[in-house]
Amino acid sequence: MALLEVENITLTFRGLAALMDVGFSVEEGSITSLIGPNGAGKTSMLNCISGRYTPDSGRITLDGQDLLAMPAHRRTTIGLSRTFQNIALFKGLSVLDNLMVGRHGRLDYGLFAALLYWGPARRAEDRHRRRAEDIIDFLNLSPWRHQAAGRLPYGVQKRVELGRALAAEPKLILLDEPMAGMNLEETEDMARYILDIRDEWGATVLLVEHDMGVVMDLSDQVVVLDFGSVLAHGTPERVRTDPAVVSAYLGAEDAAFAGR
Amino acid sequence: MHGKCGLFFSSYAAEARFFQSGFQRTCLGLFVLLLVAAPLLVGPYLLSVLNIICIAVIGAVSLNLLTGVCGQISLGHGAFMGVGAYGAAICTLRGVPFPLALLAGGAAASLAGMVFGVPSLRLKGIYLAIATLAAQLILEYVFLHAGGITGGSNGLLLDPPTIFGFSCNTDARMFYLLLVCAALSLLVVANLLRTRHGRAFVAIRDFHLSAEIAGVNLFAYKLMAFGVSAFLAGVAGGLWAHYTQFVSPEQFGISQSISCLAMIIIGGLGSVLGSVFGAVFLTLLPEGLNLVAGTLSAWFPDISAQLVALREGVFGLTLVLFLIFEPEGLAHRWKLVRAYWKLYPFAH
Repeated sequence: MALLEVENITLTFRGLAALMDVGFSVEEGSITSLIGPNGAGKTSMLNCISGRYTPDSGRITLDGQDLLAMPAHRRTTIGLSRTFQNIALFKGLSVLDNLMVGRHGRLDYGLFAALLYWGPARRAEDRHRRRAEDIIDFLNLSPWRHQAAGRLPYGVQKRVELGRALAAEPKLILLDEPMAGMNLEETEDMARYILDIRDEWGATVLLVEHDMGVVMDLSDQVVVLDFGSVLAHGTPERVRTDPAVVSAYLGAEDAAFAGR
Repeated sequence: MHGKCGLFFSSYAAEARFFQSGFQRTCLGLFVLLLVAAPLLVGPYLLSVLNIICIAVIGAVSLNLLTGVCGQISLGHGAFMGVGAYGAAICTLRGVPFPLALLAGGAAASLAGMVFGVPSLRLKGIYLAIATLAAQLILEYVFLHAGGITGGSNGLLLDPPTIFGFSCNTDARMFYLLLVCAALSLLVVANLLRTRHGRAFVAIRDFHLSAEIAGVNLFAYKLMAFGVSAFLAGVAGGLWAHYTQFVSPEQFGISQSISCLAMIIIGGLGSVLGSVFGAVFLTLLPEGLNLVAGTLSAWFPDISAQLVALREGVFGLTLVLFLIFEPEGLAHRWKLVRAYWKLYPFAH
């Protein structure tokens, strides 16, 4: 069974259908991309999975557990995390503390232990700091460890955001346009991080991205959305040559792109 | 081990300490020693000012936790202090030992805070401010009209607090009690800020949507912020009531809420140290004005009457000047001063 199963999701905003009967699955250990023109419903789909929107009908399961039955903050604890298209960091917290918020669901000492900062709280902070430091090493964030996230350069903030999602030790990580606004070098770095997240950190990746080069190179599976429904689903090679995708998504005349 | 070129930590625990260098700890020790000796060093009037400062520190740090750290504006903080004051007063009048009564007052305030914090799930910023203003007015109305238990506009007369048979019936004894309470309040809030709860509060303030995605239960944590903050405010109220040996609705009006807000704005939002600076500054402001008036009255005999009238104006003007010139508060200025002296006499 696939790690993430999305079945018959329909989402409407006052009669305007953002998603219509969308269904796809994400295999464990894969990098699956969700692509489509602007307004196709990619981010809406991610929002349904992460819990920001509640779809009108349909079913989403992660590892067999019904996601729609639980509130957004609970979904982290069963192994889901995500990044945002526009940076959504906690500006006043340091890079380290941003990552530690990412681990919030894994820290479980109570309020009284926190108020007194005694035994359990002290030990848990120490232990989880170690895990956060692993991520700082992985994403090369150590020069900024104690700096407020809001003051960092854009590319670094994108990395912190990725780190915060990774800090939760997710089974499935949703990345909403991680390459947006990055230069070529930063894009290559990010691509490498995404591959490592799958290969070394063992997380399955669901990627929303506009950079077709990245999508075609990284993905095992590609899901194409258009006007809120699934147009095609398959390997990059299949999707790239699918006539429906070429005409609807890339434009009918743009055969040069399809042959790339 | 306080190297001149910086601090180098060999464990995460060492880095999590509040006071990291030997120099800082020495300074803190000297400061505490000075405070402990204060009743011997200062006159009775100044000691009473110090007592008020201790209570103001608890009030300010509690509001800073809610508004500065968690981003939930409260205009009802004066009323939460009032709930604590009445709660503790009613308990001690019925013979409950003072420490228990103080905690009961805090618990009552905490409950009130959480009830009036419920709208915070839906309301933000100015709308939440209005909702908490309603809390202030409702609670004030209750203080005034539940005459059977609150004594209405006559208020309640109290005895000095007694702890395990030891009566804090002088300003000096009261000072030690208040000092310990203020220090404990600062400690628990500072502790909270370096743990998951404090980080979750800041996360809610900075970006509540991604806080939720990171696993923070927004409703529970907002209520927790209201609860902890109102508890400390209630403790401040209970102490104040027993210090002045009197509770009346006027003490806990909207002006009290506003002055708590002014303290944290002047001191620095979200900073524990800033709460102390703000509380000290705003408590000393009227005293400073009196001093100025006293000095000037040698030349201008009428000035003290006029300055009393100007007091509110000076208060407002100070707040506006701070918002314009030092929006990050005295805590930020303190940071700059420290950074400057760190490398003195070298510029870089």
